[in-house]
Parts: sequence; C-alpha cells; structure tokens
Amino acid sequence: MRTAKPGYDKLIFELSCPGRHAHSLPECDVPVSDPAQLLPKEHLRAAPAELPEVSEVDVVRHYSRLSQMNYGVDTHFYPLGSCTMKYNPKINEDMARLAGFARLHPLTPEAAAQGALRLMDELSRDLAEVSGMDHVSLQPAAGAQGEMAGVLMIRAYHLARGERRTKVLIPDSAHGTNPASTALAGYSVVELRSEENGDVDLLDLERHLSDDVAAFMITQPNTLGLFESKIHQITEMCHAKGVQVYMDGANFNAILGITRPGDLGFDVCHFNLHKTFTTPHGGGGPGAGPVGIKEHLAPFLPTPVVVKDGDEYAFDWNRPQSIGKLQAFWGNFGMLVRAWTYIRTMGPDGLRAVSDNAVLNANYILKRLEGDYDRSAPGPCMHECVVSARRQKKLGVTATDIAKRLLDLGFYAPTTYFPLIVEEALMIEPTETESKETLDEFCDAMIQIAREARDNPQLIHDAPVTTPVRRLDQTAAARQPRLKWTPQAK
Amino acid sequence: MRYISNTPAQQREMLARIGVGSIEDLLSRVPTKARLSRPLNLPAAMAESDLVRHLRALSALNANADDYACFLGAGSYDHSVPSPINHLISRGEFFTAYTPYQPEASQGTLRSIFEYQSMMAELTGMDVANASLYDGASSVAEAALMAHAVTERNAIVLSKGLNPLYRQVVETYCEGPGIRLKSAPIGDGATDLDALRKAVGSQTAAVVIQHPNFFGCLEDVKAAADIAHAQGALLVVVADPVNLGLLTPPGALGADLVVGEGQGLGVPMSFGGPNLGVFAAKQELVRRIPGRLVGATVDLDGQRGFVLTLQTREQHIRREKATSNICTNVALCALMATIYVSIMGKVGIRKVGELSTAKAHYAAETFAKIPGVRVRFTAPFFKEFTLALPKSPERVAKRLMKEKILAGVPLKAFDRAQKDCLLVAVTEKRTRSEIDAYAAALAAAVA
Repeated sequence: MRTAKPGYDKLIFELSCPGRHAHSLPECDVPVSDPAQLLPKEHLRAAPAELPEVSEVDVVRHYSRLSQMNYGVDTHFYPLGSCTMKYNPKINEDMARLAGFARLHPLTPEAAAQGALRLMDELSRDLAEVSGMDHVSLQPAAGAQGEMAGVLMIRAYHLARGERRTKVLIPDSAHGTNPASTALAGYSVVELRSEENGDVDLLDLERHLSDDVAAFMITQPNTLGLFESKIHQITEMCHAKGVQVYMDGANFNAILGITRPGDLGFDVCHFNLHKTFTTPHGGGGPGAGPVGIKEHLAPFLPTPVVVKDGDEYAFDWNRPQSIGKLQAFWGNFGMLVRAWTYIRTMGPDGLRAVSDNAVLNANYILKRLEGDYDRSAPGPCMHECVVSARRQKKLGVTATDIAKRLLDLGFYAPTTYFPLIVEEALMIEPTETESKETLDEFCDAMIQIAREARDNPQLIHDAPVTTPVRRLDQTAAARQPRLKWTPQAK
Repeated sequence: MRYISNTPAQQREMLARIGVGSIEDLLSRVPTKARLSRPLNLPAAMAESDLVRHLRALSALNANADDYACFLGAGSYDHSVPSPINHLISRGEFFTAYTPYQPEASQGTLRSIFEYQSMMAELTGMDVANASLYDGASSVAEAALMAHAVTERNAIVLSKGLNPLYRQVVETYCEGPGIRLKSAPIGDGATDLDALRKAVGSQTAAVVIQHPNFFGCLEDVKAAADIAHAQGALLVVVADPVNLGLLTPPGALGADLVVGEGQGLGVPMSFGGPNLGVFAAKQELVRRIPGRLVGATVDLDGQRGFVLTLQTREQHIRREKATSNICTNVALCALMATIYVSIMGKVGIRKVGELSTAKAHYAAETFAKIPGVRVRFTAPFFKEFTLALPKSPERVAKRLMKEKILAGVPLKAFDRAQKDCLLVAVTEKRTRSEIDAYAAALAAAVA
C-alpha cells in the first residue's frame, strides 16, 4: 500500500545554485573594507562556509512548503497531554513585535528601559497572585530550567540553615525533567510509588521522609489529570520533617482561580508560560518557565531581581545569597510580553473560565471514550484525561498505532506511553479553546479506531498514509546517525 | 472570553452528557479547604484596542534600536534581520506546533532542524550540532557539565575573556555537581597563555575560551587547544556563529566543543531573550550531547524522512541519568537562524563579517583620534572593541543618548579593572554617518 502524499523532498542545500543570492547588505561606506588589511591572516577562513546559494523566492517557497508538512494548533486539533496546546492569540504576537520590545537591547540603561522593567514587575506580581506565591522570578527559559532554579533555591535554603540534605523524593508518575533537574542540582533521586490513580501513597511517603530529604516534588493535578485531594496532609507531613514541597506547574491550566499552590502549602512552583499562558510552542520552544517561591526562599532568588522604587524600576544585583544567574540576560522577555498580554486580555474571570472549560472539555472526552478505552482512574478528571489502549493491545493495536491512525484522520496525537505507570497510555489534553464540535469529531475518530482495531487492524498498522512520509525507521536513525546534510546524503 | 469556544448551551449539553449538573461537580476532588474563595486579584480584562494603546505607550518608554543607533553588544547584537524571517516563522504550522514527537506530522520542523544542525556544523567546523539550547550562557554551562562527565575530571578553567554573565551561569550550573571553576587572566586583551598553561592540570576537564572574547579581541585558539589537549582536557570555544562566515572555524583550530549565542543570526534582541544556544561537537562525543538531535532515515516505502534520534540521552527516557535536563529548547529561534543563513548564503554571511569588522575598525580608529580616548587593548579585535575614556563611561553613555546613540556597555559592573572603559559593538547595519556622529558627540562629551 502506497498512498502517502507524493511529497516535497528537498533540503535548502539541494536548491543551491552557484551565483544566486537572497541577501541585501549595504555597500561598505568606510575607507578600508578588506579584512586581510584589518585582521591577521590566520584568523580568516581559508575557504567560504559551504552554505546554500539561493534566491529569496527559493527561501520563501521552501520554508512555506516545509511548514505545510507540519500539523500545528492553527491547523489541527492537538491533544498532546501535558503540553497544553491551546490557541495562541494573534494579538500576543503583535505586542511582542512592537519595536520598543523586540528591538530593545538587554543592556540598555535601566532608565531607558522602564517600560520593559515595568512589564516584568507586573507580570511577576500577576503570577504571584495566580499561584499564591510571594515572589516570582521570570528568568528561567523553560520549565526544566525553572525546576533546576527551584531545587537550587531549596538547596541553598537548607545549606544556609546548616543542613546537608542529600535526597529528593519524586513519584514514579513524574515528568522526566523532574529527576533530571534534581540530579543536576546535586541531589540523589528517590522514586516513590504512586497509587494506581496517580495519587501519592501516604504510607510510602511517610516511610521515606527523613531529615536527609531536601524536597518532595509533585505535579498537581497529577500526571493522570487528577487533583491530589490529600495535598494539605502531604505538605504538612513534609514540613514537619523540614522537607520543602515543590509543585511542577505543567498542569496549571486546570486550577486558575480555583486553587493556588501557595495556599496548598507548596514552597516552590514553576509555570510554563508556553502552556498555561498561550505563548506559542514554536515547534519545540522557546518557552518560559518562571518560578514562584515563598518568602523564606526569597534571599536565594536568581539575580538580578526587578525592584520598584517609587515610580522607578531597576535591577537589584546585590543579593549575596542568590543561586546566581540562569541565562545571560533576564529571561525570555518576548514570551513575557505575550503572557502579560494574555493575562490582561482575559482578566480574573476569563482566567477562571479557562480552567472551568479545560476541565469540562477533558471530562467530556473521557465520558465519550470510556466505552471503548479503559479509563486510568475512576471519577472526574481535571484538564486532561489518561486512557489506556490495553484492550486494543490485546488485538495487536498499540498506543503508537492509534496515534498514527489519528494523524490520518486529521488530528495530531495525544501524548503516548506517559505517564509511565499507565499501560499503553494515551494522555489527552483538549484545552479550553476547543469547541464541542471539534471534541466530537475527535471522539468519533477515536471510537472509529477502536472499531477498526476489532474489524480491520491492518488499516491501523499501515497508518499513517496521508502524511508526507509514512512510518519512519527510528532504529536505523539511531544505529548510524546522520545528523547533517552532506552532498552524498541523499 | 473570545478564546473559549463553547457556548453556554453547549456547556449544558456537555454537562448533561457527562451526567453532572455543573462544572463545580467536576471539581469534587478539590477539597473546600483548598479552594480559592474569592476571584483572583488581577486587573479587569481589557479590550484589544485599549490593550494595544497601553502597550504601545509602555513600549515607547524603551530606547530601542529603531530609534537609536545601537552600539551595544556584550552578547546581543543589532545585526540585520531580513524581512522573510518573520513572515515565514509566523506561519501557524511552524509557530503553533510542538516538539516533533509524531515525526510523520512534523516533517517541516524536523527538516528545518536538520538544516539548522548542518549549517551550525559547517559554520563552526564541527562534525555535529544539536537542535539548540536556551542561550549562549547555558550552552557554555552545558559544555562544562558534558566535559565533566566525559573526562570524569572535576575542574573547568574559564578564560577571563569569557563574558562575565556567561561565567555566572556556569557557576550556577556547576554548583550542584560540585565542579570547581578556575580562571585564566587576560593579558593585553587576549587570554594570557602562560597563565592558562599554569592553570590547566591533570584534573582539568575543559578549558573554556571565548573567541572573539568579551572585550572583542581575537584569541589564539590553536594555542589554547594545545594547552588543553596536552593535559587531556577538552577545549570549549565560545563563538558567535554570525562571525564564523569570515573567521576560521574553531573546529579547524582544535576545538572539541563549539558553543555560543546565535542571536545574531536573525533573532530579535528582545531585551535579551529568547536567544539561541548553539552547541556543536566532535563526532566521538555525539552520544553525550545535551538536548535534541534530528537524524535522517527512511520511511516504510524507503522515502527519506527525519526523526528525533539518540533519544536515550534525554530526560524523558533516561530521567535522572540524562545528559541534560533540557526539554523545551528554542526551536523557533533555530528556524529563524536557518532562514537567516539561507538568505545570507555562502557569500552574504561572509560579507556580514567583512562589513562589521571594517566598520568596527573605522569606528575605533576615528574614536581614538579624540584626545584622551584610546582603544584599551592592542590585541586584534573583530566587531567589538574596548574603549578607554577620560570621563565616566556611564555619564558619557548617558550624554550620547541625547543624540540618539546607544554608545556601548560601561564595563565597571563586569570587571572593575576596566571601570574606565566602554565596550562598543559595530555591526554591518551601522553607517559611516552614525559613526561620525558618535565621534562628534563623544568628542564633546569628553572635552
């Protein structure tokens, strides 16, 4: 069977034609233009870099055609669990591109960057209000860096109290970045077993809590999409042993205006502005991962901190106990402008409606699918639901197969095989921006696939066939990695 | 609430299907004690027109590079950004996609990253480049961690010519693993090689050298490589890829890792972020590289296609044993760079370097004619140079702002030894008349 779209199969290098160019650069208007007269010869390239020689038309057509080989939120429903692939408002883009923001150099004197500093100050206050935290650093570039910053602040806090704790507890249902960031901060990771529905096993937690534990790191709602009901008990148990509690904020879209991590007893939480606060995912980034903390961790915030003195905003660098810097400059400012724009567009009632509708949409999907797929847990879910394809697997159809078939039916796939504690997991996060009509079309497709698994599994095994390429050989790619173009590579 | 699609009637219909009376019923697992009992204390929603008016006013408080002649550098540069970049990256299929976990529906992103990796490998002279890291500073930090892991040694020697802001980030990342950082001082603008040789020993995992360095000066990369390699350490070269159209690629000079900030390749300055962390390595280190890699393969029909590969290095598989904690990177900035390099091409990228260096040298020569003003170092420089002034650089810079000139970065906050200096960057965009106006204003300011 060969029905994949006869695709476009060029790389920009393969369009190259010697002598063609797309650049428009000024003529040299200073007397000496020859670099050989200005720089020692050994510093100059012997031969030009082998880069494409193409026209502007070539470039525009090539990348337009590449874009058409992608699914995005603008073109497809994108129910990728844990990633919050909601609609990215266009006005955010216009605002981030205002020259006063986009064309602002990071080392512009503070007095001449007051608008940018004010926006940062306001955004960090807004995020503090949304989370119930006392301070928010906007510097982390993405969630994983927010995690690292949060754990380093916890480490600095313990050390400042003369305590050398060495372990961090993390449930087996956690995102992979949690243990990775924690290890990077110098801790050994102790994995806790979750209950079947992803809840924390309190007895197991009790057994592991000790004065050698620096922190307990959990996702709330958990990665099965369920709110951890015993959260106050958990944070109290931890605090009684001097253990700090970290909330992975990946699932913040479930709780805006409903509950706040700070009020639940969390000491640290990070945000993913590219999830909850509508900054675009960009094919894998950039994101932004601000980190919120309680007052007792304030001395350890990353430097510099934006401070307000009267009507003037400035960077405060004089923070001797700070964990230091995470990026060269102040954070992914372009993303901060977008998130600020979104929060002001929505207002408090709008943000609350976001979570209400995200929860409604996820439960609607769960209800519609529960006849054909196994639920991972009973009861209502929050903003995402996890179902298992274990019934289909018995018929030889895996979660991967279902994902591929969905592509043919016009949907991006849910997250598969995560969380690790659910067999053949399909993690579905519809977000609030999708309509009932879209959810129905998606559920119809999922139910159709369940039927095909029984009646015509070959159709699923052959999928996808409508995409620019069919299933790709991952093993060959890893065995003999070809990671760059060479003239012979084709 | 224009971003929420369901109507109240649909919401009721959905609730009925679920079998509950209200959304509140779906929140039953959130205990009353946990509930926020008041609305969030945030400003009320704004209409689009009001919001635009407000943000335009706020943005107008910032001295941006459209309104000012920008001679600021130190890791972020006002290079030209060709028009097609913004148009192409704004296509929703690129813009609103995520990490290409389903490769069949993500070939556009995967192909562009493969092109990006190829371009970065070519510019740096290395065998392989990854799909991007956050920024130049965190790329240096990741290089330090990787060198520590590969060599199983515990010390990193950083040249004092490394951007001090990058050094701060390296310090943060090395805190957890307990990696010791040592410094090699600079001599007359470039790293003091004798001091470097003394600083490197049998426990050195890597030598980190920036080229051109923070002060704008060119380094003897080959000599640094020899010093590092003689002790079995790796050489990490921090380079700005936009310069490497003209400069000898560090890979040809003995670098084991080339990292740096790619913002100059068509990414807006945007008050310092998002940026583009470039990370390139020699082939033998490929399985220890942090972050994503895209590789070529074939599909079931034998047609060429692209996938994320060697993923067993990464956090979602290897968890606490991953080579890095990075997940989200800066793919869209990498796309900007890919389009930029395509537009500049083989000839244009070299010309950007030629114009920048020619104009920088004209500026340095012109400014140095002003009484009391001199170029601080004699080492050769590229597009950025350190200017010693007879008056406070902060005050001079403030004075030049009145002439709509962002004169440079005062170095006092970075290096007290250079407190009388201003770091001046000149890209291909600066004109002779802007440079002459700068000279006139500078002469008046220091007179």
